[in-house]
Amino acid sequence: MSTVASLTRATLAKDLRLEWRSKDAINSMLFFSLLVVVIFSFSFDPTAEESRQIAGGLVWVAFLFAAVVALNQTWAREMRNQVLDAYRVSPAPPNALFLAKVLGNFIFVTVLQALMTPLFIVFYNLRALGPAYQLPIVAGLGTWALVVNGTFFAAMSLRTRSREIMLPLLLFPVSIPALLAMVEATGAILTGEFSAKFWIVLLAAYDVVFTIASLFLFGFVLQAE
Amino acid sequence: MPPAVIVADLVKQFGRFAALRGVSAEFASGRLYAILGDNGAGKTTLLRALAGLTPPTRGSISMLGTTDLRSVCGQLGYMAHPSLLYDEMSGMENLSYFARLYDVNNKDQRCADVIRAVKLDPSLTRPVGQYSQGMRQRMSLARALLNDPKILLLDEPFSNVDVPSSREMVSLLAGLRNAGKTIFVVTHQASLLEGTADEFVHMEAGQIVSRTPEMQGAETT
Repeated sequence: MSTVASLTRATLAKDLRLEWRSKDAINSMLFFSLLVVVIFSFSFDPTAEESRQIAGGLVWVAFLFAAVVALNQTWAREMRNQVLDAYRVSPAPPNALFLAKVLGNFIFVTVLQALMTPLFIVFYNLRALGPAYQLPIVAGLGTWALVVNGTFFAAMSLRTRSREIMLPLLLFPVSIPALLAMVEATGAILTGEFSAKFWIVLLAAYDVVFTIASLFLFGFVLQAE
Repeated sequence: MPPAVIVADLVKQFGRFAALRGVSAEFASGRLYAILGDNGAGKTTLLRALAGLTPPTRGSISMLGTTDLRSVCGQLGYMAHPSLLYDEMSGMENLSYFARLYDVNNKDQRCADVIRAVKLDPSLTRPVGQYSQGMRQRMSLARALLNDPKILLLDEPFSNVDVPSSREMVSLLAGLRNAGKTIFVVTHQASLLEGTADEFVHMEAGQIVSRTPEMQGAETT
């Protein structure tokens, strides 16, 4: 267990260092999300009440699409110079690599959310009428759901010829329950019309199931040709 | 002494194409094998199968007395045709990360030692992406040596390396062989290994067609 933890830390530190130097993932995600915010704000021009109704969907769809950009970058980095083979021939456990990638993507998407949320609030005139303290919980659980599945399916589509198309094709259908829970929970908190607790519990359960399943299956994905 | 590597009836199919067609061979430990053959002969596939990267369609591989290659992967060193290094990090940063994967003791010292062994400077802060092709090859060899492996699998280690540097690499490999390592070198530059390799293994169409202690005519030119 300590080996997994220490190798996860080492791999995460390496990934953060690579991202800090290249800024591949963060730049693409930021640019993409910024475009979504600006284009949607020009397209809709909603009142504050309408904003609260649609903001949940808008925000999460923007983050989902932006996350896909980051997810593709994560493994593309390992494919350059076939560095992934160096990991595969080493005695390091596959789970350490998977966890490091998930944590790295979680950090990247969280940074994106921290930067983009103020813009969403300004452009869509948002104010939570429900319990606002639940928003970070939904954001954390929702982001984890996206990155854990996304990292797994990005690894699965790694060796396919058109992996940029393959990843959304695999990821989006599986993410529908999580996306629904994120949108409903965010909508509930922003409008204050109903409780978000059911959706938060659903999201937490989804995270647990898919994290365990991904950890269990990742070894097979990594060793596949 | 038991053979370091035994392959039995090894077959590897990629769809309809058979890259390996029933390769059977024993390789003694402490020897340097040059694996030769034309493009598509199956050299790289054989090396990847030995490294555990390409599971065989049929047949078995026994390495250091076990068929569970995962259990001995810590005693293998693998150098592929691509560098297997992160371009954005320096040589020392790369090796430091890989040393963690192998749980290498005293890793900073070990990384510096293997970098010096391939005649590079451990204090070089330039990212590997800015290295010349030859430097990258040598750093890649340093990465393969990091865990002090018993078996070294090297795919085209001399490609794009100038002749003097290649000779230095050969002399390093000879030293490792003399220290008891079993070394497999896939190469098109067989002449560099003349007088150093213990055996020249010739492959053709996915099979080992001959094993000779000396190079054969066409390869010496």
